[in-house]
Amino acid sequence: MQEMDLSRERTSALRRLGSIDWGLTLSACFAAAVGFVLLYSAAGGEFFPWAAAQMGRFGVALAVMIATAAIPPRLWYRLAYWMWGLSVLLLLAAEFRGVEGGGAERWIALGPLRLQPSEVMKIALVVALAHYFHTVRFENVRRIRTLLPPLFLLLVPAALVLKQPDLGTTVILIAVAGVIFFLAGVRWWKFALVGAAAAAAVPLIWTYGLQAYQKQRLLTFLDPSSDPLGAGFHITQAKIALGSGGMFGKGFLNGTQIHLNFVPEMHTDFILAVLAEEFGLVGALALTAIYGLILYHLLAAALRAKTQFGRLVVSGVAFTFFLYAFINLAMVLGLLPVVGVPLPLVSYGGTSMLTLMFGFGLAMSAAQGGEAAGEPLTEE
Amino acid sequence: MPISENIDQSRKFTRRLVLLMGVKGLALAGLTARMYQLQVRDSERYTTLAEENRINTRLLLPLRGRIFDRHGRPVAVDEEDYRVVMVAEKTGNVQQALDRLAGIVELSPEQRGRVLREVRRRRRFLPVTIASGLTWEEVARMEVNAPDLPGVLTERGYTRVYPYGEEIAHLVGYVGPVTEREQKEDPDRLLKIPEFRIGKQGVERTYDRRLRGRGGTQRVEINASGRVQRELGRKEGTPGDAIHMTIDMALQQKALALIRPHRAGSVVVMDIHTGDVLVMASTPGYDPNLFIHGLRAKTWRALQTNPLGPLLNKAVSGQYAPGSTFKMPVALAGLESGAIDAGARFDCPGVFQLGRAKFHCWKKGGHGPVAMRDAIKRSCDVYFYELALRLGIDRIAETARKLGIGVPTGIDLPAEKQGVMPTKAWKRGYFRDKRNKAWFPGETAIAGIGQGYVLATPLQLAVMTARLANGGYAVAPRLVADRPPGNRTAYRRAQDGFRRLGFDTANLGRIGEAMAAAANETGGTAFWTRIAETGMEMAGKTGTSQVRRITAAERARGIVKNEDLPWRRRDHALFVAYAPLDDPRFACSVIVEHGGGGSRVAAPIAREILLETQKRYGSVAERAGLDLDFARRAGGSGIPGDIR
Repeated sequence: MQEMDLSRERTSALRRLGSIDWGLTLSACFAAAVGFVLLYSAAGGEFFPWAAAQMGRFGVALAVMIATAAIPPRLWYRLAYWMWGLSVLLLLAAEFRGVEGGGAERWIALGPLRLQPSEVMKIALVVALAHYFHTVRFENVRRIRTLLPPLFLLLVPAALVLKQPDLGTTVILIAVAGVIFFLAGVRWWKFALVGAAAAAAVPLIWTYGLQAYQKQRLLTFLDPSSDPLGAGFHITQAKIALGSGGMFGKGFLNGTQIHLNFVPEMHTDFILAVLAEEFGLVGALALTAIYGLILYHLLAAALRAKTQFGRLVVSGVAFTFFLYAFINLAMVLGLLPVVGVPLPLVSYGGTSMLTLMFGFGLAMSAAQGGEAAGEPLTEE
Repeated sequence: MPISENIDQSRKFTRRLVLLMGVKGLALAGLTARMYQLQVRDSERYTTLAEENRINTRLLLPLRGRIFDRHGRPVAVDEEDYRVVMVAEKTGNVQQALDRLAGIVELSPEQRGRVLREVRRRRRFLPVTIASGLTWEEVARMEVNAPDLPGVLTERGYTRVYPYGEEIAHLVGYVGPVTEREQKEDPDRLLKIPEFRIGKQGVERTYDRRLRGRGGTQRVEINASGRVQRELGRKEGTPGDAIHMTIDMALQQKALALIRPHRAGSVVVMDIHTGDVLVMASTPGYDPNLFIHGLRAKTWRALQTNPLGPLLNKAVSGQYAPGSTFKMPVALAGLESGAIDAGARFDCPGVFQLGRAKFHCWKKGGHGPVAMRDAIKRSCDVYFYELALRLGIDRIAETARKLGIGVPTGIDLPAEKQGVMPTKAWKRGYFRDKRNKAWFPGETAIAGIGQGYVLATPLQLAVMTARLANGGYAVAPRLVADRPPGNRTAYRRAQDGFRRLGFDTANLGRIGEAMAAAANETGGTAFWTRIAETGMEMAGKTGTSQVRRITAAERARGIVKNEDLPWRRRDHALFVAYAPLDDPRFACSVIVEHGGGGSRVAAPIAREILLETQKRYGSVAERAGLDLDFARRAGGSGIPGDIR
């Protein structure tokens, strides 16, 4: 009996490898390749210190994605709350013994690994909420009582992340949760109510919720010229880099703003400036198109999914990805204040890349499984 | 779950998902519109901004902290100097410009190679340093030839200068350009400035962080080629801290004058109470100033391959068999463990038989029956073979390690060697081959006279002597004072600052008495080099450490005199001493590599330097309560007893 079960598992694992979404994988590779080129340029035409390391990380992330996709969705479904609980524990651990980095306790050291629990939380929250709404009867979604558990799932990590303080991630967590609520069928007027309440709370948040540097960033964002050499420097210089790139750019390795070190964080959050200065509007549009392609593949996967869990996981991951891209692009383009959000799959750094690729793997796993595949998520 | 409900759910999801996708599409479209606005519509404005108006922040080098000796004599300072830099973009033909420059300033092929490499590697509008440390004459010639040398400029900068050069090179060390590895290990942004110099050796390296200071910043507007248009703001950095060494340069020079006539060796003088190292001389040396402007490869190779090791600070990096200077720890171990009492006599017939092996005394006929005092005074070897065997190596090691043999002293210098104080466990761990792992009694016997595996640095020998002389306190040597002269607190005795080693004071007294006898009584090995000045007498112990093995056959033929051997195979001459006898204050160790006998070669040096030191500083008894600056101020006011 047991042996039979095992052999069944093996064949299904093999079958699963074949169901990887190659269109999505290829699009992600395109985006990462753009990153390699830009990092090579940002280092002044050298593979070190950034491009080579980034390639290695992408390799690892790709492997993680494939492995994640090959695992049956049933398992992810069962692990959902555990993942959420573990992420909360990690956030608490970071709170108490985190490694200081960039003025906020966002890192936790696990041996040689440095982990950003707030990144892990983004995916864990999506999976936990998807699990929850999968179990709720559709007609019950409209009840307020039904919405209390998922609100708890959201507010605990959001409060912890806000305390770090990491405003960008808090906003992302709330927005992604909101989208899942929305897709699960929560009624329109409830969103309107929350929105109105939030607007009313703005003055309170301003006074009590924000750190001095966060206020400064917001004020500088509203009027960069007030402090051209201080905090407004990032914004102004990034805009000059973009604007001077023009339609076709100054050419590979020829960006003066970049190579004279005017653009700060040019290999991480402001990497779009490298792209736009050296490859112009054409380059920037090409990257936007690649992002559009990724979103398209995720949309198709969400429509393909047969379970509510699968649908919500895929669209949650898609929206997380979209938020990364949108916030970063808008920030560099001067439409949003400076918050520490990387350009997804392109910026230098392993954690966000790993998070997103893991999310893509989850989406692939969740989209192709379910009752239709003969494997019920729950045994009823 | 009812099917209809499931379909409702799915439909609602799809409807809302498509709506959401539409929102996303709109948002991305909005972003592309903004891209168009910035990159096409307003492009011209931003292009102008990028071309003309660039604000750059540059790091300003802080002045490196100065280093002084104990009396405030500068031993390392930053001096203004002139350098030639080239902006490749303006120069055009770099090769040709270098050819022309070679007629004006001295340019080695290595320098040219480095300049060409840097020009290739860096942006063409950034200046590359061609040569530094220019003389006034060279600067003047540069200025005259300026029209022929576009893009070549003279700039003012600072260079590290060591006024005492070779005389303190091993202690101060030198600074040099930052290596890639140093940059990796140290995140300080200063290290990224090409002109920054980091401590490579000596105190410059140990105290680099304190000497370095903090960089300032300068905000400048630069044009399209990276050239500075005007300065917008400036925040000066903080210069590095000054470092005050415990060394007395005048004494150091005196010690060097004494040791230099010999090919290689070292002299250490330290205060037995405070641990202040007054003299640490090692010969031969090198000129640290040579390292500042980049050393010629040939000079570097010559320094490195010189068999006399000029780059090595022998006082902390040279390891020698301590020879008979090791007899004090063995004797003390004997008394402390109760294995013998001071009156016990061993008969010395000139040779000691252990199984089939014979161990000889340096004195052919032997010393006859000797007790401890005489055994140290006349340096009888047989007494110590016998004593060592009674003690066993591990008990000897215990005492010797307490005195500092085979233990790093923790001196504030890089590259300190720790010597070797063997034990049975050490030998088991040290040798791979099983046959070599066992400890043999013969090895204990020769360890008793400081031969065999025992190795000590000259500084360790000075520390050992200091600990014997200060009443058994764990004094540790130091090269840098925590406060500048003038602000120092009253002279502190060892018991105020260091832990007791746990030796019986009476036993220490017996050892001291024997050392005093060796250097003051007829028949003592150092009697002929005694200090005759009343109140300044020293106690000492000679040592002659064998470099070669004397075979039985050779002994039968008659031992070849050291003078007749090639230099490399001659014995090392050692001497350790402290002074004055009454309330001691200074300990000294002298090693002359391959110098021959300790009493003949090393002892006279120790005598001279200890005498000079006492003349300058006096004994504790006279100067109690005075700060260490006494000598200088006494020279001016002549009033002793000025207590702070």
